[in-house]
Order: sequence, then structure tokens, then C-alpha cells
Amino acid sequence: MQHHRIATLGLAAALLATAPAAAASLDVTVTNLSHNIYFTPLLVAAHPATSDLFSVGMAASADLQIMAECGDIAALSTTLAGAAADLVANPAAGLLAPGASTTAMLTTASANTRLSVVAMGLPTNDGFVGLDSATIPSAPGTYTFDLNLYDAGTEANDELFSTGCSAGLPGIPADPTMLGGTGGTGVAGADATATVHVHRGTLGDTNATGGASDLDSTVHRWQNPVARVELTVN
Amino acid sequence: MNHTIVIRGLAVAGALSAALLAGGCQDAAKVAPALYTVTYTNATHGQPLAPAAVVLHTPGYTPWQIGAAASDGLELLAEGGDPSGFVNEAAADTAVADAASGAGLTLPGNARTVTVGAPRRPDMRISVAAMLGATNDGFAGLKDALVGDMAAGESRTFPLSVYDAGTEANTETAATVPALMGTGYDAARDDLRDQVTLHAGVVTADDGLATSGLGEGHRWLGPGAMVTVQRDR
Repeated sequence: MQHHRIATLGLAAALLATAPAAAASLDVTVTNLSHNIYFTPLLVAAHPATSDLFSVGMAASADLQIMAECGDIAALSTTLAGAAADLVANPAAGLLAPGASTTAMLTTASANTRLSVVAMGLPTNDGFVGLDSATIPSAPGTYTFDLNLYDAGTEANDELFSTGCSAGLPGIPADPTMLGGTGGTGVAGADATATVHVHRGTLGDTNATGGASDLDSTVHRWQNPVARVELTVN
Repeated sequence: MNHTIVIRGLAVAGALSAALLAGGCQDAAKVAPALYTVTYTNATHGQPLAPAAVVLHTPGYTPWQIGAAASDGLELLAEGGDPSGFVNEAAADTAVADAASGAGLTLPGNARTVTVGAPRRPDMRISVAAMLGATNDGFAGLKDALVGDMAAGESRTFPLSVYDAGTEANTETAATVPALMGTGYDAARDDLRDQVTLHAGVVTADDGLATSGLGEGHRWLGPGAMVTVQRDR
């Protein structure tokens, strides 16, 4: 089995440009690299180049927004299915805990030349882990991608827990770490940048019953990358 | 520099191939072991880098795994800065060709060199680990970097991610951080989960953690060290 790093993908992409597209059998393993950030149900999709899930610098779609704010991948799944994408929704059957891995197996139609992976990061307001339309190499082998946590740009990063979740409603809907606090006054207002961007990180504080944040600076911070995708083209 | 040359399966395989090639009237120099000069550089602003462990190995060796508990040797390296246990564990692994460690602290901006050698195999890999001294159990790590396909004279540079060994709570108190003269290694495992992950970084007293013995200058973002591997022959 060949092993490639991302740096070699440029060459693979160049080769693909001249090779006829063909159906592929893919194994996509996602590993949560973070110390204490959970991922909501993952969406793993092979899709046409025209069915981008998100792009840095562009406003999030409503489908992406509800995924990033509430962890709900139903709308993205429906839209992708409408574009004849091949997708696996929720391969981990729930949350993907820190340090955990899950594998999605896909058989792709020839038009589905791109791979995307998304899931919300908890606890964040509208942070999501994302692989954005990576070109699927035609040569068999294993290809590794390190993923950033992005900010959908749709919700204030107030770092306060909320009850319930809907698009645009401020607040973090759940705390699987069970180490969050209460009584914060709010870290930040509406995003100054309302397009998708690399998340600036979690501030947190050391006051479990007050302060600005309901998050704890000693357990809820993280650094990129937060996930690794190993794509095996069979 | 401490060196542990491993005379096991790999060395035997090397000797066998040397004998076969010699029988075929090949140039003896072609079957001499490959030698690699490994230079590691502290890429942080204010973290002292403890002595690095450098391991040359084939794919069967796993220095650590995201989501799995650290070995006792890695715990000792990551909490106390002592690479000896990690090097000994490597030396006992049949997939390891050579394991060595650097000497002394490497301060920010400084570099240190370790030389390792192994039978020539195209699948030879290198793994490197060194504690960031002003953390509880953080280490800069390079895992499974392919070097067996390098030509003599070629060099490659790799960034080292900062991992959390998952063996000690990240309290940042002076009493628990070796660079602050605190206790380094402690056999108790009291992090959130007993597993290796990437490190979230340090909070420091300057950013609101009053009990932290660290200052803002101990923070880092991204890679904690760089490793340049040169194949000498």
C-alpha cells in the first residue's frame, strides 16, 4: 500500500485531470486528535466538485449553519443526496470522543470526485471540523489529511450553554465533557466575520459559576489540527 | 549521546543480504548500513526542550497512538523529560533498528544532533519524541516519518506536533512542572483520559489561571520542534 502525505496530492490532482473518472471504493477513517473536544455525528461524502459544503471566506449555507450550531446533518445529507453524492451519515453512531476513530466505507459514482467531512465540535458555539472538497486520488493508496476546526461565522462565540438549539439561537447546545460551568456573562457578541473562517479558539475562564465564559480554560481549549482523515483508495 | 544498537532480526537480515550481495561480487560499500544525522531544533518561544529520543524502525513499531495509553517509557519522557525508558522500550522491539537520545536541554532556537544507523530498507522510518519542559506531560513528536527512500546526501525536514501524553493532569502548577523545579515523573495517571492526544496548549498565569506557574512566554501554537534528517550514506 502506498502512503502519501498531503504535499503529494497536487501531483495526484494533476494526474486526475487527464485520467478518466472512475468509480472508487474508499475507506475514510476519521480520528479525533483533540484533548477534550467531541465531534457530533459525522457526515462523510463523496460528491461532485460543484457540491461544495463550505468554503473559507464564503457565507455558510443554511445546511452548514444548522450542522455547525446544532450538530444536525440532516439538511446537508438531503441536499447532497439530491446531488447524487455518495455519503455515510453518522459512521460513529453518535459522538466521536477525543482520541476515538471511526471508519466510513464508500463506493463512489464516477462523478463524485471530491471528498468532504464535517461535524460540529462540542463544546463550541458554531465550530466545526471540516475537510473541504479534497480531490479523491485515482491511484490506490492511503492519503492523510489533517483537519482544522472552522467557525461557521453564523453565531456569537458567547461560550455560554443554552437549552435547546435552533439556527441563529446563541449558545452551546450540549456539554459532553461534563466539565462546563454556568453563570457566565458572555465572551463575545456576533461574529465580526460572518463568513466561514478558521476558528480563533476557545477562551474559557477558571470561574465555574461566573466570569465571562461557561467553558473552562484548562479543559476546553484546543489547537488545530483537531482531526485526521486517512483516505484509503482501494 | 546515548546509543543503543539493536542486534536482532533487522541486523541479521542486513548481514544476510550483505553476505548474499558479497557472494554476487557486489561492492561492499553498497551494503554498509545507512547512516542518518538527525538534527532537532526547538521551535518554541520559551519552552526548554528535554533530550529527544530518536528511533529508526520499520512499520511494525508504534511509539504511541492517538487514543491509546502512553507506554511507561513515554510517560517518563513526557512528564520528566527522561528519554531512557522510551529508548529502552524501543530497543526491545524487534522492528527497531536503532534508538538513541540527545544530551541535555535544547533551549528555544537551538538545535542538537543525534546519529542513527540501520540496514538499508526502503520502508525505514524515524520517530522522535522530546518533552516540552515547561508542561505537565507535553511532548514534541514525530511519528513514522519515511526516510528509507532517501538517497545518500538527501535531507528532509519535518515539523513536530505537540502531543499530550494523557498521563498527568494539566495543572501547570510549579510543583508539577520540571522546568520550574517541580516533580517531573509521577507514576499516577490523573489526566482527563489515559490516552495520547494532541496538546491543547498551556493557559498560563498571564491568561487567567492563577495557580499556573507558567507565563505567557511558555505558550506555543502549532509545531513545537523541527527535525531535519540527513542520510549520510
